[in-house]
Amino acid sequence: MTTPSVAGTPSGDPHTPAPPVAAHAARRPTPMWARSVSYWMYQYKRTWRGSITTSFLFPVLYLTAIGLGVGSLIHGSVAGVGRYLDFLAPGLLASTAMQIGGNDAMYPVMAAIKWLKTYFAMLATPLTVIDVLVGHLAWIALRLCMVCSIYLLVMAAFGTVHSPLALLAVPVGVLTGLAFAAPIAAFAATQVNDTGFSTIYRFVLIPLFLFSGTFFPVDQLPGWLQPVALATPLYHGVALCRGLVLGHVTASAAAHLAYLAAVAGLGVVVAAGTYRRRLVT
Amino acid sequence: MQGSAASGGTERVAASGAPLVAATGLTKRFGDFVAVDGIDFEIARGESYGLLGPNGAGKTSTMRMISCMSPISGGTLRVLGLDPAQHGAQIRGRIGLVPQEDTLDLELTVLDNLMVYGRYFDLPRAVIRERARQLLEFTQLWDRAHDKVDPLSGGMKRRLTIARSLVSAPELLILDEPTTGLDPQARHLLWDRLYRLKQQGVTQVITTHYMDEAEQLCDRLAVMDGGRFAAEGTPQELIRRFSTREVLELRFATADAAAVVAQLDGLVQRTEVLPDRLLLYTDDGEGTLGHLHRLGFTPDSALVRRSTLEDVFLRLTGRSLAD
Repeated sequence: MTTPSVAGTPSGDPHTPAPPVAAHAARRPTPMWARSVSYWMYQYKRTWRGSITTSFLFPVLYLTAIGLGVGSLIHGSVAGVGRYLDFLAPGLLASTAMQIGGNDAMYPVMAAIKWLKTYFAMLATPLTVIDVLVGHLAWIALRLCMVCSIYLLVMAAFGTVHSPLALLAVPVGVLTGLAFAAPIAAFAATQVNDTGFSTIYRFVLIPLFLFSGTFFPVDQLPGWLQPVALATPLYHGVALCRGLVLGHVTASAAAHLAYLAAVAGLGVVVAAGTYRRRLVT
Repeated sequence: MQGSAASGGTERVAASGAPLVAATGLTKRFGDFVAVDGIDFEIARGESYGLLGPNGAGKTSTMRMISCMSPISGGTLRVLGLDPAQHGAQIRGRIGLVPQEDTLDLELTVLDNLMVYGRYFDLPRAVIRERARQLLEFTQLWDRAHDKVDPLSGGMKRRLTIARSLVSAPELLILDEPTTGLDPQARHLLWDRLYRLKQQGVTQVITTHYMDEAEQLCDRLAVMDGGRFAAEGTPQELIRRFSTREVLELRFATADAAAVVAQLDGLVQRTEVLPDRLLLYTDDGEGTLGHLHRLGFTPDSALVRRSTLEDVFLRLTGRSLAD
């Protein structure tokens, strides 16, 4: 055979008036956003080994060096929790979710707009801007789910999981990650090149990582800084994860959840606008 | 299967007299800049329609509107009988786009690029795999199916982009400068493939800077300049209307073209003085040359050739650079 039939194989020809194969016609259509997730899955095929390895390595290194190492210098109960390792571990899970969410919403978004133009390839098909955005965030959510699950496994191996509620730290980690991914994707879509991203690292992700209650309680910050820390999504993610992993869940959990959901939701709305402005001209 | 596909295409052409693409007063503005300034055209099923024009003429803006990736700023546009503003996703599901810049994923393999793209159209994986095999054979890329895209040559990437645009078995194929930057072998292979698709009934809209390509591929074409149509017709019609049958190209050692032109009054239909040569547009090149000899002009070199689309193009859009 030298010439393919462009109208395609008998099944699934999208423009044959009467679908020749009932099986294809009977299939429920895949949601548009899920079709765009499949791109990220294909891409992940290339990097999953390194990615999974890193996901194990990162918590092992941090829990060993800071949890056990620095923790050995700290005597007595930390913030009413007990060992420093137990205080630190759930906060690190939330912080890791923030970093993954933020990172995956920066360079991959820029690549999809500018370097590989993946978004434009998608937009030449039935997918719309919203499908492209939601699909990308859904993929980031899946990645967060994997990373947070692995983190929880490593935490369990270090003996830092004290309640079955700890399983809920995975969805909370996903939500924390999305509370960064959505607004940062909104920002990334406005950028001409990637220099703005190092600003995000320097002035957002790294300061939050250090000062949002992961390594020490926020009430040890100077008074004027405390409201700032409380306003950041990471503080709420750390507090929620810590409560769940240690089994101390209070009514404030609802407020933390609502805050994270609001930031993520607002991020999606803003991103829908910046994506449309950038991609549809 | 191939037979049925080809005849299916012809049947659709015969069955439907309605144009596949119809535009009236089609306009695209970017802020104050008017990229497309109220153009009218219709493209019939099965037709290959070309858009020619210098850079910045509005070709790509027009293509992006037809492919429902860019909203129109004015006028009306119907693609496959539907309004892109209402049914963009539905239309895009039935057209194939070869954008001016490749949007291939360089890190994925050749085959995976097609698999992913087919998933956007929600085709079952088995269907995509079968079509991918056929299309990669069709574009002579099957032996590279499992290689990454990044190291492929420009011509291979272009062929892959075309293969990818066909995964969804589109009724309308939109090709924005499909062969720019390719070597002659790759161009001829692509022309051959596009001609076969046309025979199968796939309607094509093509932009190009190459006049020989337009003559090869297009049944009908429009020359765009400054966002408007300068002319529209078949290649032969355009040559008849805007040029002469033949062109006499002369070079003189002593750059005294002006003296020649002064004595040519009424002898040729149009003259053009270029820095290096003199072009005389005439229906009888040999006759004109003989006449010049009788007048005592002895050009260093003289060439009689047929008029081409390039003559039409340069007449309509001028010789100065657009950007």
